[in-house]
Amino acid sequence: MEKMYLKFNASSKNESFARTCVSAFILPLNPSVEELSDIKTAVSEAVTNAVVHAYPKNKENSEIIIECFVENNTLHIKITDFGQGIENVENALEPFFTTREEDERAGMGFTIMRTFMDTLSVESVPQQGTIVNMSKLLKAG
Amino acid sequence: MRVKYDILGDALTLYLIGELDEHYAKGAKDYIDAIIDKENAISVVIFELSQLTFMDSTGIGMLLGRYKKLKKRNVRCYIASPSQPIEKVLSLAAIYEVIPKM
Repeated sequence: MEKMYLKFNASSKNESFARTCVSAFILPLNPSVEELSDIKTAVSEAVTNAVVHAYPKNKENSEIIIECFVENNTLHIKITDFGQGIENVENALEPFFTTREEDERAGMGFTIMRTFMDTLSVESVPQQGTIVNMSKLLKAG
Repeated sequence: MRVKYDILGDALTLYLIGELDEHYAKGAKDYIDAIIDKENAISVVIFELSQLTFMDSTGIGMLLGRYKKLKKRNVRCYIASPSQPIEKVLSLAAIYEVIPKM
């Protein structure tokens, strides 16, 4: 089984690094252009959430972990942070819900993840962190 | 990412080039706002996206923020030439209801 593990600090410049790594990991599976951009966008949304919301201050000791594996042509992605957690996951999943409207946030992160991937689940414990699991069948592979 | 612009008559065209995510949104926003504030005779702003290779929901927030700012001045906004992946993000957020596509 193909696997990858990536650990990096929660800095906004690593958003590009993270989505590029996941893209490179799945390239050998011959994803379609659309599948590739869907996955890149979903990863970017999850990592942005961790950078902006999980670690709003003190990003010094912040960590984000991305784990991927492929089984039966399905890509599984798990994105973990150890930040402040989400108070109400149900609200966070609603389209256009944001706690940071003054920052011009669209509140579309989880909606994009859910729409662009086949499955999405979010587990969060306040003050401990959040785990986002997503999967997508790569049809071309 | 980079932003270039040109002005033709009363229309300001902003060319967004490269990848627009959380990391680049603040710089792009400040740069665009400075142009908008300086060019006070414009009545149309076009966001030209043909060279934008990646955009996530941070980009939606950035575009809607500029729209709100320009609406107060009665400046109309349009989006031109998004690539297919960016079109998908824009459509999902129903952005064309407020910023029509040219």
